[in-house]
Amino acid sequence: MRNVFADEITRLAVEDKRIVLLSGDIGNRLFNNYKEVAANRFFNCGVAEANMIGMSTGMALCGLRPVAYTIAPFITTRCLEQIRVDVCYHNSPVIIVGVGAGFSYAGLGATHHSGEDIAFLRAIPNMHVVCPGDPVEVRLALRAAIDLNKPVYLRLGKKGEPIVHGTSPDFQIGRVITVLEGNDVCLISTGNILPVVVEAAEELDKIGLSAQVVSCHSVKPLDLEFLEFAFSKFRLVATIEEHSRIGGLGGSVAEWFTDQPILNARLQRIGTSDLFLHEVGDQAYVRHRFGLTASAISKQVLRKLSQF
Amino acid sequence: MTAQNSLFDIKHLEKIADQVRGEVIQLSHSAQTPHLGSSLSCIDILVVLYWSILSIDSQNSTAPDRDRFILSKGHAATALYAALAYRGFFPLDELRNYAQPGSVMAEHPSIGSAPGIEAATGSLGHGLPIGLGMALASQIQNLSYRVFVVMSDGECNEGSVWEAAMIAPAHGLSNLIVVIDYNKWQATGRSQDVTSIDPLDGKWRAFGWDVYELDGNSIENLVNVLGSIPNSANKPIAIIAHTIKGKGVSFMEDDNNWHYRIPTASEVEEAKKELGLI
Repeated sequence: MRNVFADEITRLAVEDKRIVLLSGDIGNRLFNNYKEVAANRFFNCGVAEANMIGMSTGMALCGLRPVAYTIAPFITTRCLEQIRVDVCYHNSPVIIVGVGAGFSYAGLGATHHSGEDIAFLRAIPNMHVVCPGDPVEVRLALRAAIDLNKPVYLRLGKKGEPIVHGTSPDFQIGRVITVLEGNDVCLISTGNILPVVVEAAEELDKIGLSAQVVSCHSVKPLDLEFLEFAFSKFRLVATIEEHSRIGGLGGSVAEWFTDQPILNARLQRIGTSDLFLHEVGDQAYVRHRFGLTASAISKQVLRKLSQF
Repeated sequence: MTAQNSLFDIKHLEKIADQVRGEVIQLSHSAQTPHLGSSLSCIDILVVLYWSILSIDSQNSTAPDRDRFILSKGHAATALYAALAYRGFFPLDELRNYAQPGSVMAEHPSIGSAPGIEAATGSLGHGLPIGLGMALASQIQNLSYRVFVVMSDGECNEGSVWEAAMIAPAHGLSNLIVVIDYNKWQATGRSQDVTSIDPLDGKWRAFGWDVYELDGNSIENLVNVLGSIPNSANKPIAIIAHTIKGKGVSFMEDDNNWHYRIPTASEVEEAKKELGLI
C-alpha cells in the first residue's frame, strides 16, 4: 500500500498543481520520484506532527490540496487536537495519511501500533475515514479523497499487501465494494484485513456456508443503504477490522444497528481487544493473537451462528 | 489595495485605538464575557496592522493576494471584531451580535464569524503553524502576500509554537511575521513565574528568526518598526511587543484580575471617560 500510495501521489502531483505532500520525516527515498516532478511541493516537516497538521491547514485555506503523511499513530493521536481544530473545524480539504495502520509495525511495540485511530477520528465532525482494502483501493481512495474536497483520513497498511481486486472497481466514498457474493452470512471488512477476510469466506464456503464479502473502505460515512440490505438479507453480519472492537467499524455499525427497528440479522464485531500488546511479534503474530486469521475468523462466525 | 497614506497619521490611529478600546470594554460588559485585559493589551498592535501595514481591502476580504492576519490569541476576539468593524469589514451595528445566543460571533473567532477572519483560534498554539502554511502557500503560488500572526506570551507555553518556530527559518520565510503581545501575564500568573519565558527575544533569535523589540502600546513605535521591516532578509520575523495588560484604563492596567473580571456599568463609564470617549 505504501509504495502504491507514493506512486499515485506522484501521478496526482503532475496532474494537479494544487497538491502538496508533507511528510513527518519518514519515507526515505520513497518519494524520490515525487520530488523529481514537484520539488517545490514537497515538505519534510520533521518530527513535528502538530505543526505539520497546522501547516497543512494553512495551505488548504489558501487553495492548495495538502496531503500529510506519516506513521498512523503519530498523525492521529499525537496531533488529534490539530486535526480537530485546524482541519475539521475549518472543514479544510486536508488529506491525512496514516501509514502502517493497525499492526503493520507490530514488532516496533505499542507506541507504533494503531488500533484506536478510527475511533478517534470518526468522532470528529466533518472528518471522513477511509480504509482501503488493497493497493488498488489505495489509488482509487486517494483520488476520491482529493475530489471530495473535505477532510479525509486515509488509513493505509504498510507494504506487501496483496491485490484483491482483479479489475478496478467502482470506488465511491460512502459505498461498499462487493468482493464476493454470498447468501448466508455477510463479512464486512475494512482496511488491510480484506485479503484475510476473503480467505475466511473461502474456508466457510468449503463447509457449505456461503459468505458475502464487502470492502467497507469508508467507515465514515457508512454505506447505510448497504447496511439496510445486509441486515435484511443475511442471518449474520460480521464486521472485521485490524482495529479495536471499540469505536471502529464494528462500533460504528453497532451504533447504527441500535437505532434501527428490529432487524433480521445479528451483528458480530471481530477486531482487536482492548489492551496494549506487550508481547513481541510481527503482524502475523498479532493477527493470530487477536483471532484475525482466516481460520480464526471463520471459526468465530460459525460459533456465533451456532448461538441462534 | 495598499493602505492610504492619510491613515498613517499617528494621532488619528491613536484616536481609533481609543475608540476600539471603548468598544471592547462595552462588549465585555454588554455580553458579560471575560478576557478584557488580554484584548486591551493588543489593540494598538491590531490598529497599526489593520490601518497602516496590512495589504487588504475591507470590501474584498477574500482576494487571493491579500495579506493574511491571524489572531492566534483568540481569547482577544473582541479586539479583532471591533478592529474589523471599525476598519469597514462589516457594519458597526453587527458588533451587537457578539456572544448573543444564535449569533456566529463567538467568544473566540472562526472563519464565518465575520468577514476578514482568516482562521479559527481559541485553543492556543494553532495560529503560527497555520500562518506558516499560508506563508509557504504564497511561495508555491507565486504570490507576494505576507502573513502576520499575533500571539500571547502565555501562548508560548505551547510546544506547537516551537515546532513552527524551528521549521519556518529552514524555509527562509521572510513573509512570516509573528508579533508577540508580551504583557508579562498569563491567565493565572506572571509569565516568567509559570515558565522561564525570558529571554524571549533570545529564544526566537536562537531559533533563527530576525527579532525586533518595541513598545507594543506605542502607535508611533509600532508604525515605525512594522512599517520598515525588510522583506529580503530571508528569515522570518519575530516582533516582541512589550505591552501592558489592560492598557488604556488606569484601574485595569497590569492587574491580572481583568483576565476574567467583567466591568460594571459604572466601570465602563469611568473607562470611557479616561479614554476621552464621553
